[in-house]
Amino acid sequence: MPPARSESLKARPLLRVIEMILRKIARHTAMLAATVLLGGFLSATLVRFAPGFDVDESQLDPHLSAESVRAIRGSRLSQSNVARFYIQLLRRAIHGDLGTSISLGQPVTSLLRERIPLTMRLVAFGLLFSWSLAMALALSAAYIRTLAYDGLATVVSGALLCIPAAVLALLSVIWNVPGSLAIGLIVFPRVYRFARNLLAKASTLPHIITARAKGVSEIRVLLWHVVPVAGPELLALGGVSVSIAVGAAIPVEALCGLAGVGQLAWQAALARDLPLLTTITVLVTLVTLLANSGADVIRCMWRGQQA
Amino acid sequence: MSIWRRVGCVVLLLVVGVSLAASWLAPAGYAKQYRESPGAPPSREHWLGTDEIGRDRFARVVYGTRISLLLAPAAALVSTLMAAFMGGLAGYLGGTWERLAMAATDVFLSLPWLFLLITVRALLPLNVSPILSVLVTFCMLGLLGWTAAARVLCATAGSLRSADFIRQARASGMSERRLFWIHVFPNLKPVLFAQFWISIPTFILSEANLGILGLGVAEPMPSWGGLLKELEGLVSLREEPWKFVPLLLLVVVVTSFQVMLSDQQEVNA
Repeated sequence: MPPARSESLKARPLLRVIEMILRKIARHTAMLAATVLLGGFLSATLVRFAPGFDVDESQLDPHLSAESVRAIRGSRLSQSNVARFYIQLLRRAIHGDLGTSISLGQPVTSLLRERIPLTMRLVAFGLLFSWSLAMALALSAAYIRTLAYDGLATVVSGALLCIPAAVLALLSVIWNVPGSLAIGLIVFPRVYRFARNLLAKASTLPHIITARAKGVSEIRVLLWHVVPVAGPELLALGGVSVSIAVGAAIPVEALCGLAGVGQLAWQAALARDLPLLTTITVLVTLVTLLANSGADVIRCMWRGQQA
Repeated sequence: MSIWRRVGCVVLLLVVGVSLAASWLAPAGYAKQYRESPGAPPSREHWLGTDEIGRDRFARVVYGTRISLLLAPAAALVSTLMAAFMGGLAGYLGGTWERLAMAATDVFLSLPWLFLLITVRALLPLNVSPILSVLVTFCMLGLLGWTAAARVLCATAGSLRSADFIRQARASGMSERRLFWIHVFPNLKPVLFAQFWISIPTFILSEANLGILGLGVAEPMPSWGGLLKELEGLVSLREEPWKFVPLLLLVVVVTSFQVMLSDQQEVNA
């Protein structure tokens, strides 16, 4: 009997952790689906009620016959009811058909298929660059712990924080550096500031001060004690940084002439392209929420493991 | 007040002072064209040269600073008031109101800020009058920028709702409206104040981003975003360095705000 009892005691926290994670995943999935659908609907509503929605410049083409112009007007009128348009869009999306772009005249699915790889590459390299630089600086600042070094890193990140994202994109064009580097430099100061503050806050915890007082080496204190304490919050920051990078991709792609989803979103917004803009909004919302939810689940697992 | 905060304050006062004195300092209005000297380099007549259609760049920078620096606080005020209304009230009332308000906030927060701004601005008329474009741009910044602040205010108001002194006041028969205005709102003031100051540099940078992408303040009205659009055609930094003056000014102003805010945060901590 005693071994069985001890096993059940061991199993209980594990079961509780799994149950907690599953509950969190279920709640997140429901929230995610609701938010994505609401985000898409909001975007469709905004486009529908935007001034000039009913006007299409192709209607002014003198080569078109009266019938063609009527057909264009008719196609626009079919989208005038937002709710109906959105339900139709969702129904078609289930079968893999996201409609046809009004401004570019191509299926939205093929447009996205062409452009997603470039944006993903830009965002991934940008995130890799920003996180590597931010963590290298934040960890070295926490290790060296001198005012001058910390001050210098803070000034560099602060200066980058004060430059608009679009200016960084323009500078990347002038200096002929890759767009991913511009995205990295936009994300870096935000990640660095938060990571630095988290590590600095964790360094002041009583058990870390005790470890230091007991003569544990600085590098061991940093990697074994400080980083695990700050880890869950850093993971949350990881989710947020994806959202920042996706947002930064718009000016970078638009100004650097990179044919990615950011540039497509920009073109769709200017052309009031309802099917394209709604799909991109849903996509961006989904990516942002997935990144945040993923970070949240890993954070939950990390905390569960620590407990 | 630390030395850095003083420096930040002085710089901001100086920039605001110069921008308010634009009518006296600038050689002419921001829209006046010197047709005989388009794209001129800096000279005694035109301190920062002229743009490609012959308008004095110094005059445009000074007037643009006035627009950006006066309207960003106005947008910050709008967003703070909206955050106070949505977040503060939702946090104080709790229950369904809180859930609904936070769901709306989540929808807005799930879209990257710049994507949301660009989408909404592009959907608004692009051919409006210059003055209306200024109002549209900054109103939009104010109306869309309340979400993050609303979350903070909701959390603060939520913690106040269950505070002992509020319970005591409620138990003594104080009406809910009076309770909110006499006890809850004064305690939200420091958070509101902080959110207001944090929003200003964010809105200045957002307007600059929109302006560079051609969705900000319409021509001929100058703003920092519109002035930075001139950098688009540059091939090297040494080509026409005077075109970077608006960027330098923007960085100085936003840095001054950041210095003041970081100092404020340290004091609060």
